[in-house]
Amino acid sequence: MALHIYSYILHNKGVIDDTAFEAISAAGVIDPDASITAVAAGSGLDLDAVCNQASKHYQEVWKIDSEALSYPDAEVIRRLLVRIIPKGDIVLIPHEHFGMDLAPGLSVMLDAAYLSDAVDFGGIGDGRLSAIRQEFNGQVNTQVECDISNGAVITIRPGSFKGDEGQCANGPIVDKTSEAMEGGIPAVGRRFLKFVEAEVGEIDITQSEVLVSVGRGIADEDNLEIAFDLAKVMGGDVSCSRPIVDAKWLEKERQVGNSGKTVKPKVYLALGISGAFQHLAGLKGNPFVVAVNKNPKAPIFQAADVGVIADILDFIPELTDKINEIKR
Amino acid sequence: MEIFVCVKRVPDTGENEIELDSGSNGIKRDDLVYSINEWDNYAVEEAIQIREKHGGSVTVVTVDNEEGDEVLRREMAMGADRGVLVMDKAFEGSDGRGIASILKAVVEKEHYDLVLTGVQADDGAAQIGGLLAAMLGWPYASIVNEIEILDEKKIRIHREVAGGNLEVYEVDLPCVLSVQTGINEPRYVPIRGVMKAAGLDVPVYGTADLGLSPESVGEAGATVKVKNYFVPEAGDRAEMLEGSTEEIIDKLIDLLKSKGGVR
Ligand SMILES: Cc1cc2nc3c(=O)[nH]c(=O)nc-3n(C[C@H](O)[C@H](O)[C@H](O)COP(=O)(O)OP(=O)(O)OC[C@H]3O[C@@H](n4cnc5c(N)ncnc54)[C@H](O)[C@@H]3O)c2cc1C
Repeated sequence: MALHIYSYILHNKGVIDDTAFEAISAAGVIDPDASITAVAAGSGLDLDAVCNQASKHYQEVWKIDSEALSYPDAEVIRRLLVRIIPKGDIVLIPHEHFGMDLAPGLSVMLDAAYLSDAVDFGGIGDGRLSAIRQEFNGQVNTQVECDISNGAVITIRPGSFKGDEGQCANGPIVDKTSEAMEGGIPAVGRRFLKFVEAEVGEIDITQSEVLVSVGRGIADEDNLEIAFDLAKVMGGDVSCSRPIVDAKWLEKERQVGNSGKTVKPKVYLALGISGAFQHLAGLKGNPFVVAVNKNPKAPIFQAADVGVIADILDFIPELTDKINEIKR
Repeated sequence: MEIFVCVKRVPDTGENEIELDSGSNGIKRDDLVYSINEWDNYAVEEAIQIREKHGGSVTVVTVDNEEGDEVLRREMAMGADRGVLVMDKAFEGSDGRGIASILKAVVEKEHYDLVLTGVQADDGAAQIGGLLAAMLGWPYASIVNEIEILDEKKIRIHREVAGGNLEVYEVDLPCVLSVQTGINEPRYVPIRGVMKAAGLDVPVYGTADLGLSPESVGEAGATVKVKNYFVPEAGDRAEMLEGSTEEIIDKLIDLLKSKGGVR
């Protein structure tokens, strides 16, 4: 029996998120015969625009339209979804900040299995879905089996499936608002107050052509100097991974990644950075990536063009000296 | 404020090369250096800071084997008041739901106002807080990087979303929050604290203490099971530069020149 798969659609200011198309590919890998329904919540013209974009590629689009949903709160959306999504089916949600808020609790409320951060799928056999995940910040992959006989909520890592925009579906848009809102907006113990944009700092790494990026491998705040020296001779800027900002060694505006900046340099040096997907998510525009790491198994080597196995505390100053020599 | 913090002992990925164990379809665990999950340590620090300001207590809880004791004592040395080791043969092989249902039973044994977890641990699932909140029927917020106690019934929190932007929410207590790194600066463990924590009692709870049936947890109750560990295919792997450091640097500079990194 073919599965029924629901895909929760993320969108912003009337523009559908890429993950909406990635979910179509993911659904196709889970079960090529599955029927798939997009579910979009929001309000007004923005939501209509999103539903129109979705309907081009989805066989069916469900919309939940309410002024109260103009800024989506996962605690509210979860309860609305439980009112309309039948138990026993599959729900796909992107594994990012909204999905991480929404999805685990949704699985509990739907009495379904919870499978988090899938990057690929095998097939289904005996009511069990085979999936690929990563552990230890991407150092190893795991093959897991998820019992989907009571349905499942599955989060999909953004970027791990190609966005399937080719398929032309022109599915109908079904207004599910009254069904979802029956009994009114659900009461929840959490209220959205406001959205605060990240502060704009003095340096803008999104414009840099060369980034010398350091991670936890730099080991000590005092060692940052060698990174600044290298950036100087290369005519670039220093950026970093999240732990360096958490430690308050560098300003937040230098952080690359999904909770930091999205950069698009020509050259990116990843020095003592393991290559977690949240970090790599901030690297766009296909730069030339050089990774220097003392661990030959570090996942950054999967993402880099060129790799060096070395201790950055020795390697960085030597590289700086040599470039200086050439320039003289 | 009675605060419950869920913690996990994990292999330190900065310090370890994770290697596969062909015999067991697992990873080689014997030589791994373990420490507390980074996110959890921030959660414990946050709990201690809240207690220091508003009173109450901090209880750290882990579902583990005997080895979990060390992590609990580390966090008690930091300043947590109590540790609880949740350990039972029947818990082995639990999936996220299993762990969350065990933790739910521990939370419900006593009265708590606030439950904290780390955003994620070594398996990157980022699931326990959200599962636990829904099982308890409590409000939940993930990726929290600021907590302000408003009164006995309400807190205000910041969630960190894409691009480092923030969402601000008011949340009713009791609730569950998953804590993001950088929310505070975790203190070092004072030697005095280590000695004090070594002398404290750490109660151990099993299925019977928690009123759980063995078939609902562990391998038996798991809907998600890890079948196999493997190393990602080397297909798109970087070209590795080899030779003496000098040779490597020369090759690298040539490449950087051609790509605009050295002008
Ligand atoms: C919701 C969420 C959002 C996140 N957002 C971001 C984000 O925006 N940006 C981000 O970067 N992370 C982000 N993270 C964190 C991410 O998951 C990783 O924890 C983080 O990227 C790891 O940083 P790292 O590579 O510097 O440290 P580690 O993973 O600890 O890696 C350090 C590396 O340095 C190597 N090393 C150590 N010493 C040396 C040496 N002397 N010489 C050479 N190599 C050495 C080690 O082998 C290791 O590979 C986020 C996480 C979550 C849950």
